[in-house]
Amino acid sequence: MIILEKVLNITSSSLFNRLEIRFQEYVLMWRVFKRDYLSLVSFIVIVLIVLAVIFAPIVTPYPEQGEGLPNLESRLQAPSTEHPLGTDELGRDLFARILYGGRPSLTLGFLVVMIACAIGIPLGAIAGYFGGWIGQVIMRITDMFLSFPALLLAITISAALGPSFTNAMIAIALTWWPQYTRLVRAQTISVKELTFVEAAKATGVSDLSIILRHILPNVITVSIVQATMDMGSAVLMGSALSFIGLGIQPPKADWGNMLTSARIYFSNAPWFALYPGITLLLVALSFNLLGDGLRDIIDPQSRRQR
Amino acid sequence: MNKIDDKPLLRVEKLKKYFTKRLSVIQKRSRIVRAVEDVSFSIYPKCTFGIVGESGCGKTTLLRCIFQVVKLTSGNIFFEGENLAELSRNELRDKRKNMQMVFQNPFISLNPRMSVLNIVSEPLRTHTEINFEEIRQRVLILLDQVGLEKDHLYRYPHEFSGGQLQRIAIARALSLKPKFLALDEPTSALDVSVQAQIITLLRDIQEELDLTYLFISHNLTMVHHISDFISVMYLGKIVESGLADEVFHQPQHPYTQVLLSSTPSLSAQYRKDRIITKGSVPDASNPPSGCAYHPRCQHAMDICGKIDPELLIIGDHHQAACHLVNS
Amino acid sequence: MKLQPLLSVKELHLHFNTYAGKAYVLNGVNLEIMNNDFMGLVGETGCGKSLTSFSILKLIPPGGEIISGEIFFKGDNILIKSEKEMRRIRGQQISMVSQDPSAYLNPLFTIEQQITMVIKQHQDLEKNAITQKAHDLLQIVELPNPGGILKSYPHELSGGMKQRVAIALALSCKPDLLIADEPTTDLDVTIQAQILDLLQKLRKREQLTILMVTHDLAVVAETCKSVTVLYAGKDVETGSVDKVLYESKHPYTKALLEASPNPKTRGQKLSMIPGKLPSTSERQFGCPFSSRCPKAMPICNRVIPTMKQLDEDHKVACFLYEDERVR
Repeated sequence: MIILEKVLNITSSSLFNRLEIRFQEYVLMWRVFKRDYLSLVSFIVIVLIVLAVIFAPIVTPYPEQGEGLPNLESRLQAPSTEHPLGTDELGRDLFARILYGGRPSLTLGFLVVMIACAIGIPLGAIAGYFGGWIGQVIMRITDMFLSFPALLLAITISAALGPSFTNAMIAIALTWWPQYTRLVRAQTISVKELTFVEAAKATGVSDLSIILRHILPNVITVSIVQATMDMGSAVLMGSALSFIGLGIQPPKADWGNMLTSARIYFSNAPWFALYPGITLLLVALSFNLLGDGLRDIIDPQSRRQR
Repeated sequence: MNKIDDKPLLRVEKLKKYFTKRLSVIQKRSRIVRAVEDVSFSIYPKCTFGIVGESGCGKTTLLRCIFQVVKLTSGNIFFEGENLAELSRNELRDKRKNMQMVFQNPFISLNPRMSVLNIVSEPLRTHTEINFEEIRQRVLILLDQVGLEKDHLYRYPHEFSGGQLQRIAIARALSLKPKFLALDEPTSALDVSVQAQIITLLRDIQEELDLTYLFISHNLTMVHHISDFISVMYLGKIVESGLADEVFHQPQHPYTQVLLSSTPSLSAQYRKDRIITKGSVPDASNPPSGCAYHPRCQHAMDICGKIDPELLIIGDHHQAACHLVNS
Repeated sequence: MKLQPLLSVKELHLHFNTYAGKAYVLNGVNLEIMNNDFMGLVGETGCGKSLTSFSILKLIPPGGEIISGEIFFKGDNILIKSEKEMRRIRGQQISMVSQDPSAYLNPLFTIEQQITMVIKQHQDLEKNAITQKAHDLLQIVELPNPGGILKSYPHELSGGMKQRVAIALALSCKPDLLIADEPTTDLDVTIQAQILDLLQKLRKREQLTILMVTHDLAVVAETCKSVTVLYAGKDVETGSVDKVLYESKHPYTKALLEASPNPKTRGQKLSMIPGKLPSTSERQFGCPFSSRCPKAMPICNRVIPTMKQLDEDHKVACFLYEDERVR
């Protein structure tokens, strides 16, 4: 229904009117966001990193090396004009490897959060809205998953399924969805008491419609904030898995397995471990700060304190 | 306007709604909260029926029962002659089209994430199969009826003032062309000048669309201003009922008298000597014995603490539940 | 010789810096409260009445800035005082009671603990003296069973009782001025009557001066001695309740009165005020009410009218009365 409405609206002249109204709102939100320098900087950093990773073939002059072709003549070289971040143990340009390594790492983070949300949010909404035994069953399953230490659980699942990108992704997503269920359930419980939900019920709107059109849009914002912050942590966890050999396998580049190889050479070629490590740190930190900044926009209370 | 000889549009018969309230998490004891206790009344077509009461009197629960949002403990509700409890789900859904509600606080009775179009069209989309373009047309007509503009269609609630939001809520309530509209304190959250606008709007559309209103408020002056009949509720019971002028100018129940005298008024002549009550409304889970009002009543007699008075007829339409009336 | 007012606000201008630009909230508010007066500050939402009362306590919310104006309390200009000096005034000389008593009362502490904390803050007394004082305070606000209440937690008390405790807290250091910001808005009508009655008694017994901020004209009519009407951040009419509410001169005051439901006008249409409140993001030129005033003249949107003294206890800011002077 909503999609149909949107499609039909594109043909109507009121589109411009609506765009203008929405535009003013986004400008306001941007202004609030801008004030928080930290969030703004992290946003820029993430955008830059993502763009660099996507356009890696253009950014680095060594695309083939990033993809795993060794060049044994220039092993373990310190950073220079030819190799801005140095080279690794097989002579590959480190900068290229980091950029190409970003592809699976970032994709994993993104997909993990998406899957976790796709599982966790609906479960949370159902548990919160209906309560009763459905809610209890869902929450007990959630608690079960939550009681496992996340990394251990991910390692176990990954080891059982076999080391690969997809399996690592599934493993982490399975440890991550309970957070969203908890979060969304709490939000749902408070939203469902609001008058407009009662109004919808009194009109005879079906439960499914109420969840989809009334509850979810109001709980999604908290999830977005959480998801943004989680993106960084998911990337970290993905790297942790590949660090112990359960994710992307060499020679394909991945920040985690780069760190594995770099361990041995740390004393004579510190850049090898340092740069992938710093990149990981930067990404995780930026997502975290960005999530914080988003929360401040979304939560009007904190907006007033500026 | 007062077609009292017609059959009632809504008839509530001996409605009871009790809740169980757990006293403590550890102990198994629980008390019964008698939210609505044996309430009966009839609302005739095209009339405005007002219910006055303070917090805890059960008016919100009463509304919830009428709209079948909660199940009744006992009693019957007849709408257009049919018992709502005996209808099948589909029949009930059909009936629902004829009964709509406008809530107290428009700031929270409208989903902040929905556009005005979506909010107002929700009942239409739930109950009918009309295509999108026709829905849009209907919503535009409704917005016009309540005094809003075309370009408000795609805006969101936070862009509007309280008065405008309440108009949106009214437009939503009118979308299915109902016969009956329940208004739960529709103006309490609004400014005085805006209240006047909303009340005027409600009056106009009542005439235009032949609507029947159930108007609930704690403001006796407001209820008296707009209603044909008034019922006064206290702790789940109706303690006095009758034509608006009768109840307002000749209140028989001590609580009504207190309510009247406590309501601040701009007209000096209606400022009676203030009867200051003692204490506050008792806990519904632990009501006083006999007449629920007797601990605070200035005329309480012995019998009041023992026997709960029935509603006695004292005039054509005037009823009061008080032992004083007997004598 | 004219007595010096206890509190005098002169041409107060307050702006807010928000993300959406500047908000001109107070545009030259004037207020004069004499000793032992009961002044009502009346206006609709957004007129700036709460902000005026916060400014008197110099508790301006973040983002707000007083651009110009003076506030004299007992002859001293409050606005030039330091925060340290203000802390001695707040609670001791000027006290405040707000709409929601739960906001004052910490749910984790008993009433006794909370009153003790406040008393200790301002006075150096022995423990026994403090407990006795707490007891006395609760008796002053006419709470039955002070001993039991002292031992209770806030959630065990009803709304009316909590408000009385809040008033007791406010009076603990015998302030000269009590600011009551919508103290009864959340309470039931009968409880409202009790609290208003209490405030009137306190004014007489404790030689208190009270400034009550409210949107309810009827409340003002019944309890206050003087009243100031605010519109869009500007005072438009002020004086004794008799003159301002029953011989109103300003078109806004008249419109407000006509829009209030009145038992005499039952069944008639409530007159409405067309248009909307001016937006706070636009700077005002001329009289703020000019865009909605039925008697607006060309001069009204160009020049801001100043307060003209019509009578000993009646002032109005309107060009309609430009020619009338003090007799």
